Amino acid sequence: MPELLDIATRIAGMAGAGEQVEAYVAHSRETDVRVYGGEIESLSSAESEGVGIRVIRNSRQGFAYAGSLDPRVIEETLAEARDNAGFATPDPHAGLAEPDGVEKVSLDLWREDLAAVPTADKVALAIELEARARGLDARVRQAESADYGDALTEAAVASSTGVSGTQRRTGCHVSVFVLVGEGEDTQTGGGYSVGRSFSDLDINEAADDAVERAVRMIGARKTRSARLPVVFDKRVTTSLLAILGSTFSGEAVLKGRSMFAERLGQEVAHPSITLVDDPTEPAAYTASGQDAEGLATRRNVLIDAGVASRFLYDSYSARRAGARSTGSAVRGGFKSAPGVGCRALSLAPGDKDEEAILASIGTGLFVQGIQGVHSGVNPVSGDFSVGAEGLMIRDGQLAEPVREVTIASTLQRMLLEVLEVGSDLEYLPGTAAGLTLAVDGLSISGS
Amino acid sequence: MIEETTLQRVLTRALQTGGEFAEVFAEDKRTTAARLDDGRVEDMTSGRDRGAGIRVVVGETTGFAHTADLSETGLMAAAEAAAAAARSGGGGVREVSLGTRTQGRGGRQAKLIDPGSMTKASKVALLEAADHAARSAGGAISQVSAGYGDSRRRILVANSDGLLAEDDQVRTRFSVSCVATGDTGMQTGAEVRARTGGFEMFDAIPAEAVALEAARRALLKLSARPAPSGVLPVVVKSGSGGILFHEACGHGLEADHILKDSSVYAGRVGQKVASELVTLVDDGTMGGEWGTCAVDDEGHPASRNVLIENGVLTDYMWDFLRARKEKRPVSANGRRQSYEHLPMVRMTNTYLLSGAEDAEEIVNQTKLGVYVARLGGGSVNTATGDFVFGMTEAYMIENGEITDPIRDANLIGNGPDILGRIDAVADDFDMCPGTCGKDGQQVPVGCGQPTLRISAMTVGGTAGA
Repeated sequence: MPELLDIATRIAGMAGAGEQVEAYVAHSRETDVRVYGGEIESLSSAESEGVGIRVIRNSRQGFAYAGSLDPRVIEETLAEARDNAGFATPDPHAGLAEPDGVEKVSLDLWREDLAAVPTADKVALAIELEARARGLDARVRQAESADYGDALTEAAVASSTGVSGTQRRTGCHVSVFVLVGEGEDTQTGGGYSVGRSFSDLDINEAADDAVERAVRMIGARKTRSARLPVVFDKRVTTSLLAILGSTFSGEAVLKGRSMFAERLGQEVAHPSITLVDDPTEPAAYTASGQDAEGLATRRNVLIDAGVASRFLYDSYSARRAGARSTGSAVRGGFKSAPGVGCRALSLAPGDKDEEAILASIGTGLFVQGIQGVHSGVNPVSGDFSVGAEGLMIRDGQLAEPVREVTIASTLQRMLLEVLEVGSDLEYLPGTAAGLTLAVDGLSISGS
Repeated sequence: MIEETTLQRVLTRALQTGGEFAEVFAEDKRTTAARLDDGRVEDMTSGRDRGAGIRVVVGETTGFAHTADLSETGLMAAAEAAAAAARSGGGGVREVSLGTRTQGRGGRQAKLIDPGSMTKASKVALLEAADHAARSAGGAISQVSAGYGDSRRRILVANSDGLLAEDDQVRTRFSVSCVATGDTGMQTGAEVRARTGGFEMFDAIPAEAVALEAARRALLKLSARPAPSGVLPVVVKSGSGGILFHEACGHGLEADHILKDSSVYAGRVGQKVASELVTLVDDGTMGGEWGTCAVDDEGHPASRNVLIENGVLTDYMWDFLRARKEKRPVSANGRRQSYEHLPMVRMTNTYLLSGAEDAEEIVNQTKLGVYVARLGGGSVNTATGDFVFGMTEAYMIENGEITDPIRDANLIGNGPDILGRIDAVADDFDMCPGTCGKDGQQVPVGCGQPTLRISAMTVGGTAGA
């Protein structure tokens, strides 16, 4: 770990006169097991490392990466980044992060024991998971896949502007995807469990969830087109919040791509909505004490009781907006330069659990899964249309299953037409926490 | 990249704990990308990925390891890790000797202008030309972003059956995305062109033309009305509509899903699975297309495979592992994102053959429906067959005429059901590039079809149909 920081610091130290250099150095070890029919289908073990280098010269940015920490490769990569900087358009706001005096929250995201777990135990857990899922219900035909995966990742960032830091984390998961059916009818369901430590994993939770989700869909049909309230399952809420979060990017605002650009201080959502991005929340699997530029992450309130309250910035977009970085730089590993993004979104929970919300809705559609988010949700225009599967809500309770329908509205309208925010907040994999969420006025297209 | 004698020693080592099959996949990939946004070239980036993935197969189990170290020491360590990961079998020494080398040229067309030979300034100039063109398309264009990317990927595959193959794949991609702002808010329009090949792509498709297409779409949607909600006839224009087949049946015809019985098409070879107007092909040999290669990522020469002929299912797509299990030939559909990934069954260029009808006639014969001029993407659950695809340029058809543009929405259907409802196929075939994601791996693919009609499909808008 200090070694990665040493490498990053050494690269940052190669900055010439009138030049800024930032190095992001990462190393990871991963194991992935897939099991099928009680046997290992595949077992991968991998160790990878690399460096991403940003150079700012004459108000221009260049970037290069390489999947190697070989000193010769690092030198070539730096030279390439320097050369690339000659081709950007000069931008007075171009530059790396500067120390801002905000202290990093110390987060303990590393579990030493994960590194010591023998591969045989990981395999055994995946086999046990598959067996559990297959044995839960006579209608389970098979588990198409039962997986175990883990990653131990370490990263260091250092810049010639005096920012530096390290972050390391462990993570593991099990997941299972089952096929169930009666006669010609086949339905599917997935379940998972995630943790930082091997002992956090709960195969029963993963198997039960997968089978419950699949079995309750048996006999599902299209429903008639209608406009109805929709109750989103926790997992679905997670993906909706991730899209919503992107519209609060200061970069999107500056570039005229955010529907909330002119709306700060205005009511954009139902008063029950308070949306926070807080990477310092240790319960979030995506928690991080520092952002991708090495600044301290912090709690940012994006929507406060329905009112748009803040946009997120990295150091570049902040400089351009005349604001301060909110510690919101993110990057997709060493292969990309940083940009603005959310890490750990959550809605302030309400006071009803799923059962109470269903009861209060009376008639509607409970959506347990959505399909086609990338092809049907436009975060710029707000147009929202996705494939959905779930269960009708009748008399305040879950009723017959429904599939092959779409639900549609706009993100703007959905925010204003929130009916209930669940009390059942749970951190799930991904950049947002899940909870049950009820929204009015969605168009359901079916038969 | 690696000496033949080294490869033989590494493969022999990989088999020494009883492996039945071993493979070295080495890759050396260089990429250049540049992005213009908000009127500025934000940055130019370069990447280098170089390494090898080694797999060892014992029975039904595959062990896999990868390394960025292509020295014999690095490869030996990866071979041992892969062998250890595979369940060990009988042991013993099996010497590997490699056969004749296949040398591919990436499946590109004869003329190649290597992007590596072009200056970075010439790549930046394309972005600037696109920005200028898009902004000149109309005052309502409020934002433009453009992306240029090229890659040169050299691969080498050697396996314990003696196979030795190399390919040198050059790809070039150009995309533009625009925002238009009007009284009704913001709308977006995008266009992407991508070829297996180099800078010669811009002779046929100037950057400005890509930009104007993106701008036109964004401007058009400012006056779009909400998409209808409900079941309607849907006419899909030639080109990007190929995504329909990629999702409605392409994934479901991949042998990994078939052998696990997790596809609605399992056990249906020889049966009618689509309207007789449907003849579907997957073809990795189409010169210059985005999903083309000379050899697949398991070293097998690309081929053209008929999947559905006149509505009857003829075959699935196969990679090495699944073909081995069924004791049949591969179909050269073994692909992987990089040396860090295991190969699996993937499509290359998947397309519907032309029919006999006239595209305009098909519209004229449709009283009320939706005309989809551009699809944006989709996804499928192969086990149930339910799939969606999103329309990013679409119009109403009223009394046989294309009328008002409509806003973005997804369409949803069930694969076998929708394939049976294709009731008209035109003669205006076209192709379109895309990126296909499966199990976390992204690979370039091509899609294609002529204009066609689906007699009834659920359109996921908000307006009463």
